[in-house]
Amino acid sequence: MAGAVFHVQSVTKTYTTGAVEVLALRGIDLELYEGELVVFLGASGSGKSTLLNILGALDRPSSGHVLFRGTDLTGLSEAALTAFRRDHVGFVFQFYNLVPSLTARENVALVTEIARAPMRPEEALDRVGLANRIDHFPAELSGGEQQRVAIARAIAKRPDVLLCDEPTGALDSKTGVTVLEALYDVNRDLGTVTALITHNAAIRQMANRVIRMGDGRIVGVEDNAAPQPPTGIEW
Amino acid sequence: MRALDRKLLRDLRRLWAQALAIALVLGCGVMVLVLATGTERSLRMTRASYYDRSHFAEVFAQATRAPKGLVTDIARIPGVAQVEARVAMTVLLDLPGMLRPAQARVLSLPATGAPVLNRPTLRLGRLPDPGQTDEVALSENFAEASNLRPGMSFAAILNGQRRDLRVTGLVLSPEFIYLIGPGALLPDDRHFGVIWMNEDPAAAAAGLTGAFNDVSLRLVRGAVEPAVIAALDRLLAPYGGAGAYGRDRQISDVFLSSELDQLHAMAVILPPIFLIVAAFLVNMVLGRLILLERPIIGLLKASGFTGREIAVHYLKLSIGIAVLGVLLGWGVGWWLGQQMTGLYAQFYRFPYLIYAPGSASFALSGVMGIGAVVLGALRAVRASARLAPATAMLPPAPPFYRRSLIDRLAEGLRLRQTTMMILRSITRWPGRAAVTVLGVAAAISVLVACFFTFDSIDAVIDEAFTLTNRQHVTLQLTRNAPASVAEDAAHLPGVMRVEGAFGLPVRLTHGWHSALTSVEAQGQGTILTRVLGEGGQPLVVPPEGLVLPETLARKLDLRAGDRVTMALLAPPRDTLSLPVARIMRQSLGETVQIASPALFRLMREAPQVNRLNLLVDPRQLPAFYAAVKAAPAVDGILLWTEVRKQFDETINENILRSVIVYAILGILITVGVIYNAARIQLSERAYELASLRVLGFTRAEVGYVLVGELMLLTVLAIPLGFLGGYGFSALISAGFSSEVVRIPLVITRRTYAIAGLIAFVSALAATLLVRRRLDRVTLATALKQRE
Ligand SMILES: Nc1ncnc2c1ncn2[C@@H]1O[C@H](COP(=O)(O)OP(=O)(O)OP(=O)(O)O)[C@@H](O)[C@H]1O
Ligand SMILES: [Mg+2]
Repeated sequence: MAGAVFHVQSVTKTYTTGAVEVLALRGIDLELYEGELVVFLGASGSGKSTLLNILGALDRPSSGHVLFRGTDLTGLSEAALTAFRRDHVGFVFQFYNLVPSLTARENVALVTEIARAPMRPEEALDRVGLANRIDHFPAELSGGEQQRVAIARAIAKRPDVLLCDEPTGALDSKTGVTVLEALYDVNRDLGTVTALITHNAAIRQMANRVIRMGDGRIVGVEDNAAPQPPTGIEW
Repeated sequence: MRALDRKLLRDLRRLWAQALAIALVLGCGVMVLVLATGTERSLRMTRASYYDRSHFAEVFAQATRAPKGLVTDIARIPGVAQVEARVAMTVLLDLPGMLRPAQARVLSLPATGAPVLNRPTLRLGRLPDPGQTDEVALSENFAEASNLRPGMSFAAILNGQRRDLRVTGLVLSPEFIYLIGPGALLPDDRHFGVIWMNEDPAAAAAGLTGAFNDVSLRLVRGAVEPAVIAALDRLLAPYGGAGAYGRDRQISDVFLSSELDQLHAMAVILPPIFLIVAAFLVNMVLGRLILLERPIIGLLKASGFTGREIAVHYLKLSIGIAVLGVLLGWGVGWWLGQQMTGLYAQFYRFPYLIYAPGSASFALSGVMGIGAVVLGALRAVRASARLAPATAMLPPAPPFYRRSLIDRLAEGLRLRQTTMMILRSITRWPGRAAVTVLGVAAAISVLVACFFTFDSIDAVIDEAFTLTNRQHVTLQLTRNAPASVAEDAAHLPGVMRVEGAFGLPVRLTHGWHSALTSVEAQGQGTILTRVLGEGGQPLVVPPEGLVLPETLARKLDLRAGDRVTMALLAPPRDTLSLPVARIMRQSLGETVQIASPALFRLMREAPQVNRLNLLVDPRQLPAFYAAVKAAPAVDGILLWTEVRKQFDETINENILRSVIVYAILGILITVGVIYNAARIQLSERAYELASLRVLGFTRAEVGYVLVGELMLLTVLAIPLGFLGGYGFSALISAGFSSEVVRIPLVITRRTYAIAGLIAFVSALAATLLVRRRLDRVTLATALKQRE
């Protein structure tokens, strides 16, 4: 299948806490293609974050395989997984995860310093519309601005994939749109494969594909022939 | 059990590693206090009890020959309770199988049997029977070292004649608790001992029949010692009295007292450091804990707990830590004290040792330990009591960072962002960083001050053996002899160079101050014995006037150019007034130097010698020893090479022991401080550091943020610790110097390097211990929790 960046093959994930076993993923088969923006929807506890963490090598599947451009991630060592994250993946989380003691520019520089062919931090911040808040500490920025710094940090290394777990979860609708616009622009301009988890069905308008999850399985896939820019989305 | 108390126990269990780290630091302070005061008290009590039971004298004097009739006059001096007059002399022994001649101090036993003062304690056998001329009792340590037992015989050279003496018993004496030969620095049980012999044979051998040359006095309560000493000096003056003195110049007591003073200084200087560090640690840990528990405090307050109850809750937690530390300190202190008191028995010979550390040192250290911790906890606890419930339940405001000077610095240096995180964390919590730096600096100070003592002893040894006394052997002559005996001695086998020397006891007086010492004549062309200037450079003794050791000059309030009165305590017994020409450096002993021609001109006598300094070919030592044993004019021999060897061996053994003990103390402080600081860092930043891992930073790179900050603080602490160590060393040098040894303030680079290295390595180990916890944080879970 030409153009597939990720091949996910019958991946399961079981969490064992004490005597209780939780089947978070019950057999996922999935491909993510070059340049697409995929939105994951699903009830709370359906396994979205678990899947995203496995794609980003933050976690390992209990069984099955994840191939990234032909390389099986499940066989890699801890150090190789770290290198994989460093070279190929950008993360954006609900709670920004900025380093409070570093300014916006420095938070981005944190990543560009260890990346192979990064943009300049200023350029990344400019992309998300924060050129004028470069020397502010996270505590001096609004939630939306902080999230855009996080996006700038994620894209500055020109990652192959951008994994976003409820990036607008903590934001109001107007601020959320500015964040989504930043993601949409990055996907369109840089062609970064973007996976976006959300509880907000309205957001699916900007996706190429929408994947619905339920109880650890993929319960539906929708193709969207004409993705819309997020400007008009409201919730 | 109340729920709040159950929480307390759980908190303690959760914080056990940090609590233990603090308790260990605190325990060290308590331990040193219990150990030092306990040992000091035990030794003081043992000494007091032994002195009392054995009727140890309070005033001592030597003369050349005093008629026995004088004893009644001495007894009539106001304030004198008891008098013991006896014959004393030093003799060479010829022991089977021993090449080097041993020496002994011979003391006479009164014809009536046991002496009234300085009573020897029998350990084995009996005292010589009155009337038996060849029976002797021996000091126990010497007899043991030479394998002499009651019933066995050995040879002594008495008045130039070889005599066989039979051992009847082994004894200990309050005069020789610390037994060292003339001129020696450490006990040498194989080569120096004490012989108790009946009066008649002793007097005959010394040529003192019907006379005595050594007297001891016990005073009545309330007697004025200086007045008794002055009166005794007047009575003995016509008979060659060499200056009476009190226990403060009795050599065994001087050594014992200076040891006790050192223990005392240790108890005063060290524990406060540990207690202060522990107090700061408690403050740091509790402050952080209360910050983390703000919501719980808010909840408790909202449910009706008073601020006081909450404060008491956290205070109990810190007292729990303190009690742990105090108990640890007590236990180890008690045990080590017993070991150490036992160790003293090696050097200090008491017939019995009382180990009585006393409840006072335990009570004091307990109160100080708990007090320090409570003091440290107070600020944090007060803050917890003051929190308003509503604000408490809100999450704490995020730390506020500001751009500052370090930003410009960092931009200039193009520092990595992880390094920026380190710098910002330090500048954001300067108080916490300061506690860490000061704690580690304190540890380094302790280490420097400990290793400094070895540097200074090295310097003393170097001064005594390499710079000033370069002879191999010193022979003590029985009596003054013309300078020409040096030529005779040159014919002894193996002798390569001979220099005559002359010394006599004097009393120096300047205004109110007066001191008993001895003056030594420095001959022209002398190369074996040298005098050092204040700066340590060799000094030529000026043709006129005295050269005074710096300490003596200070005691007598004298400066170069001043005039001093010198009373000769040996013939011609003149009292002279002469200028102080120079001040010199002298670390061992206290003797005054004068140019030989000047002294003999003042004495109006022809040049004489009473000592010979020799260089001897080592290969011919056996022949040399044999010749010395047969030489009638020699009654003492000092082998400098042997003294040095023995000194080095003993010191090395002690060094090793102390290095281990002090290194442990230094390591414990460092680990206690750094471990707690690292745990606090980790609890605050686990989330932040985990997100770095998500961004693709390796474990080592993330670990760097944690380890780097603490190691940077450790490095900052090093110069501060060196400075503090220098200060401590200066205190020790001033506080531990005694009349016997002066401790020069010399700190080598090696000492600094070792101290810094020990602190650095233990800090690194402590942070790495905490870093391992960082590895255990799973990334996916770390990201779920918000702060
Ligand atoms: N570390 C863990 N230990 C045990 N169970 C876990 C763990 N992480 C997730 N789970 C369980 O796995 C299941 C899937 O969780 P996941 O976080 O992937 O859900 P989600 O779809 O992201 O939900 P939400 O929309 O609420 O974020 C849930 O039932 C959850 O309880
Ligand atoms: Mg989720």
